Amino acid sequence: MASNDHIIEVENLKMYFPVTAGVMQRRVADVKAVDGVSFYIKKGQTLGLVGESGCGKTTCGRAILQLYKPTSGNVQFEGRELTKLSNKELRNTRRNMQLIFQDPYASLDPRMTAGDIVGEPLIVHNMVKKGNEYKDQVNEVLRMVDLEPRMAERYPHEFSGGQRQRIGIARALAVRPSFIVCDEPVSALDVSIQTQVIMLLMRLRDELNLTYLFIAHDLSVVRYISDQVAVMYLGKIMEITSSDELYDHPLHPYTQALLSAVPIPDPVVDRQRKRILLSGDVPSPVNPPLGCNFNPRCQMAIDICREQEPELRDIGGEHFVSCHRI
Amino acid sequence: MAATTNNENVLEVKDLHTHFYVEDGEVRAVDGLTYSIRRGESLALVGESACGKSVSALSIMRLIPYPPGIIVSGEILFQGQDLLKVSESEMRHIRGNRIGMIFQEPMTSLNPVLTIERQLSESLELHRKLNKKDAKEESIKLLRLVGLPDAEKRVSDYPYQFSGGMQQRIMIAMALICNPDLLIADEPTTSVDVTVQAQLLELLDNLRSQFGTAILIITHNLGVVARYADRVNVMYAGRLVESAPTDVLYSKPQHPYTMGLLASVPRLDLPRNRKLSVIDGLPPNLARLPKGCNFCTRCTYSIDRCLEEKPPLEKVGEEHYSACFRSGELGK
Ligand SMILES: Nc1ncnc2c1ncn2[C@@H]1O[C@H](COP(=O)(O)OP(=O)(O)O)[C@@H](O)[C@H]1O
Ligand SMILES: Nc1ncnc2c1ncn2[C@@H]1O[C@H](COP(=O)(O)OP(=O)(O)O)[C@@H](O)[C@H]1O
Ligand SMILES: [Mg+2]
Ligand SMILES: [Mg+2]
Repeated sequence: MASNDHIIEVENLKMYFPVTAGVMQRRVADVKAVDGVSFYIKKGQTLGLVGESGCGKTTCGRAILQLYKPTSGNVQFEGRELTKLSNKELRNTRRNMQLIFQDPYASLDPRMTAGDIVGEPLIVHNMVKKGNEYKDQVNEVLRMVDLEPRMAERYPHEFSGGQRQRIGIARALAVRPSFIVCDEPVSALDVSIQTQVIMLLMRLRDELNLTYLFIAHDLSVVRYISDQVAVMYLGKIMEITSSDELYDHPLHPYTQALLSAVPIPDPVVDRQRKRILLSGDVPSPVNPPLGCNFNPRCQMAIDICREQEPELRDIGGEHFVSCHRI
Repeated sequence: MAATTNNENVLEVKDLHTHFYVEDGEVRAVDGLTYSIRRGESLALVGESACGKSVSALSIMRLIPYPPGIIVSGEILFQGQDLLKVSESEMRHIRGNRIGMIFQEPMTSLNPVLTIERQLSESLELHRKLNKKDAKEESIKLLRLVGLPDAEKRVSDYPYQFSGGMQQRIMIAMALICNPDLLIADEPTTSVDVTVQAQLLELLDNLRSQFGTAILIITHNLGVVARYADRVNVMYAGRLVESAPTDVLYSKPQHPYTMGLLASVPRLDLPRNRKLSVIDGLPPNLARLPKGCNFCTRCTYSIDRCLEEKPPLEKVGEEHYSACFRSGELGK
């Protein structure tokens, strides 16, 4: 799988959170939030990561950035193994990998001006000292996200939701990263504002040659922005392939059900689509089922699916599926 | 009284105005709303956040908090009776028995310290005058109807022991207790995943065809509207900008806002390189609405007249209405 046009390679990444009990806080079980995830992203491309809430998308993004210390697995970023770096080395590397959050309300410090929110990473990473050059750089980044430099003096509450998300994006861009994890960056925004921000993220990606891991639960948005899409279920990847292939020829029964659940905003087209209704809820990541994680809800499941975990394998043309029935 | 109303309609809202009086001034959350819902119909109300969708629904239920809110004027005819004129005790009866409502966050309406059985039974004893034993049986029946697995066992659980999707099913069961003529669902699937959304909407649709309950579904999701609504009202800044049967709205939108919205959403079925059109700017502050059309500041088609006058909702086709001076020339 290794190749130098891969900016990031994730191999068998696991992130377990302990479930503790009693006064001694004894570890009694694990939340297997991310349970053996592997993928790569090519430079300048966007990998969409989709799946229902609680399936481990955010945890996966954070474990890749080493904001959580992974339980096991490897993350290679620009040829470096991140899981083995010292704290100091990690700090330096972090400049190149940034995170954009979902919630433009909670993620910005209400006591800081927009300018300082955007400029803080520049100071933290010693890229510039406070002064005119700092101001110039902050203004330049604000312009990149279509905010006016005069807005630098204002506080977060003076901005709309869409503008706050632009501030979050500007903060991530300030240190000139090569890779950005976008964690549901448009989910909290209204339809018309969503489109504004999607277009902005795509323009920036092309202009600055950025690579994105784009996490979202809205499959239409993910299809639009991503080159490749990975479908996650209960801590594992079920299918990865190009965005077009995934939507035109979904192979995993879970991918098929997920896509069919998305109503198309055109009644004539929507009426002609096959609908697969999933029954029940997603099982707990503390006690994932034996065999394939999806088997209890899968209409295709046979004995082997209940006994043996399927492997994510390439069925040709960089289309990866984890299913015994394919 | 009933003679003046069309009895095909369960609900007729006429020129409704609901305002909030806050520090910012007079917030015109609902600013002249007129529409009706037929028996057994599913009508969608779409619009972006803060455009007045919930306030319009809460006005029907007379649940607007006063102060700061007040229904300033209008009529809300429910089966011919003006809800704005009935007594509070009569209104309580209507809320429990004839109009049901479900909200985005089921936990805001479920009591966290009572078991599901207690909550359903209490309502059944009160509204349907059932005894304890029958109420329990009926509770289980209702929970089965809304697709709660293991209903006999789980009826004695507390709300927090259920997933968001299951809590929403329980809410639907509560709203169905009295077989209402109208069910108002305010963003019932906004906080659940698409697969759960599909389950819940399918459930509501089945209940509608089974019991003939009219449904007013409030959403900002244009896909949900396309799949589940017979007719659509598009709301912008406190007013309706367009109203049409679903197929017509999507194939021949007449208002620039509706056209803009439809062209701005990414779609699963269209090529990835489709250019999305962006509606620039933000909706207006409801306390400082412009003199002319509320959409004129973001509209690429606005002319001088749009800045001066508010366009009324006018007929542009069979059951199709649009509030735009230029609908005729644009929506071809
Ligand atoms: N810090 C944490 N401690 C314990 N459990 C966690 C923590 N963060 C996430 N989880 C659990 O891990 C699972 C995956 O969560 P998350 O990555 O947030 O999912 P997603 O982003 O796909 O919604 C969930 O079951 C969640 O409750
Ligand atoms: N209790 C309240 N007090 C003051 N303003 C309110 C209150 N409820 C709603 N509003 C205002 O009314 C407008 C419409 O709100 P709402 O109907 O909730 O919008 P939505 O379309 O998102 O459901 C908003 O500007 C909101 O701030
Ligand atoms: Mg998340
Ligand atoms: Mg609302």
